[in-house]
Amino acid sequence: MSTTPTPTPTPHGSWTGRVREAAVSALPPEKLLPDGQPTYVASWIYVFGVASIASLVVIIASGSILSLKGPAWWHYTGVGQFFNSVHLWAVELFFFAMVVHLWGKYWMAAWRGGRTRVWVTGAITFLVAVPTALTGYVSQQNFDAQWIATQAKDGLNSVGVGAFFNVTNFGQMYSYHVLLLPLAVVGLVTAHVLLVRRHGVVPPFALESRPTGGPPEPAGEQPPPVGAVS
Amino acid sequence: MSRLSQALRGRDDTGPWTGAYAPYDLIKELCIAVGVIALLAVLLAVLFSSPDDKPSTIAQWSRQMPINFVTAAAKELDGTSPTAEYGPPYNHNGEGQHAAFLYPQKWLGVSHPINTANDFVIDPLQTVPNDPALQSAIAQYQAAPEKTQKAWGEAYAKPLEEYETALEEKKTPTNAVALSSTTGSVSVQASGAGPVPTLMGGLLSLAKSGGLDGSLLTSKQFFQTDYTKPLLFMSDGGLLAERAEGQHLLGEQWGMMNETGSYPGQVWLWLYTLWYQVEPFKSSENADILVMLVMGALSLAFICVPLIPGVRDLPRLIPIHRLIWREHYRAGGPPPAA
Repeated sequence: MSTTPTPTPTPHGSWTGRVREAAVSALPPEKLLPDGQPTYVASWIYVFGVASIASLVVIIASGSILSLKGPAWWHYTGVGQFFNSVHLWAVELFFFAMVVHLWGKYWMAAWRGGRTRVWVTGAITFLVAVPTALTGYVSQQNFDAQWIATQAKDGLNSVGVGAFFNVTNFGQMYSYHVLLLPLAVVGLVTAHVLLVRRHGVVPPFALESRPTGGPPEPAGEQPPPVGAVS
Repeated sequence: MSRLSQALRGRDDTGPWTGAYAPYDLIKELCIAVGVIALLAVLLAVLFSSPDDKPSTIAQWSRQMPINFVTAAAKELDGTSPTAEYGPPYNHNGEGQHAAFLYPQKWLGVSHPINTANDFVIDPLQTVPNDPALQSAIAQYQAAPEKTQKAWGEAYAKPLEEYETALEEKKTPTNAVALSSTTGSVSVQASGAGPVPTLMGGLLSLAKSGGLDGSLLTSKQFFQTDYTKPLLFMSDGGLLAERAEGQHLLGEQWGMMNETGSYPGQVWLWLYTLWYQVEPFKSSENADILVMLVMGALSLAFICVPLIPGVRDLPRLIPIHRLIWREHYRAGGPPPAA
């Protein structure tokens, strides 16, 4: 017969203990990794959120391969060209999925029910993704990079940004592209997803007048199962 | 404070969901999505690849368009090129763009100093060895007062500018500028140009040899990744713009949101690029800062959508949500608890 170990009480004043308690309180495991969703989460529009994250995974994977071999590799090898192409198309899919996701969330008014921060982190992610892509375009070391850099500099210089973000400086742009801005995007996406898990998927608008004679409410577990949003 | 936050939040009767739940596997969904997107990206990569037009070099520019190169170089020398007159962050020869009382370009100052005469012409020429005539011309130019330097530069640049203007307007260009078909050198009939013809001849030779490409990247240290100088010099000439026009990349062709070939490019910049196509931005000398300010305001509004009355209410008024949640509404509810 095995004995269950008695949990050690958190020592008074332990920073680690406080952080753990706060984290578990905000996001208990059943909320963080749910195995149930409200029945209204049944539309193709919900696919685009996870498609954005999946695209980001492919972008980071293909970008990591390109980074491992250095910025010039893709210009003179077929394999390099292939991974650059995967990287490019994953970026296009990322923006496509994200734009559809954002429009979908707008029409759901997904900031309702105390979810303002969910919208804000999503919107900022989109805005940070734009310069992340731009720094990629100006780091390509081809004619596109030359032209885009010489054109983009004027807009950035006009508001003073060019003083510390010089699109004609390949070294600076490459650093931004492979480290600083991806870190920001990943951090924002992580915060966004954690907020979604904390608050749950926004429920539908309540109908002003509920339809009469409709089918009965489909059977579901009541009260909510593991993963329910409180 | 609570009234303010209530006003910012607006009408919100959304409560916690009290209805039914369906089984859901988050990790499985993510794995399937990554697989599908990876397959899609690979398929698109195999079918369409990615664009990779070779970059231009100053050597190419000087060989393909020697008169255009010499015209740009002459303007760099006499301080009338776009880069020479740009202002911050490159020099103090202009205030930069502004909007009303906002002068951020000027306020942030000169962070990447460029003296076009020295950096693009004189300093590279001083690296040319074994050319006493050229070194003598450089010495003569540097010893002259600024006013004289300016007069020499303008005297040399004038026929070149007339030549380029005539070409742009599809008129017969002046005879004062000629290109030797045997040597590829450019001769300019300009009186009172002092040593400038010698300087320009030397710079054209250096550029054709590829030496100017390297010279403009030279810094105090061995490694270098800053292409600001060669890119700005090239953008003052005609080669980049000529290639860009052929690839539908000019500003009036929706500019940099496109990329070479038939690729989607940065389509997410469509709104940013749109402003450049319409008045008053299109013809404004301060178009860049105006567009950036408009986009800054719109970006802020985008972030603050949940707090903006009217914008945040549209989804409730326009019932696209009935389409999104049609299954839910067809089932008759339940509505979220208040």
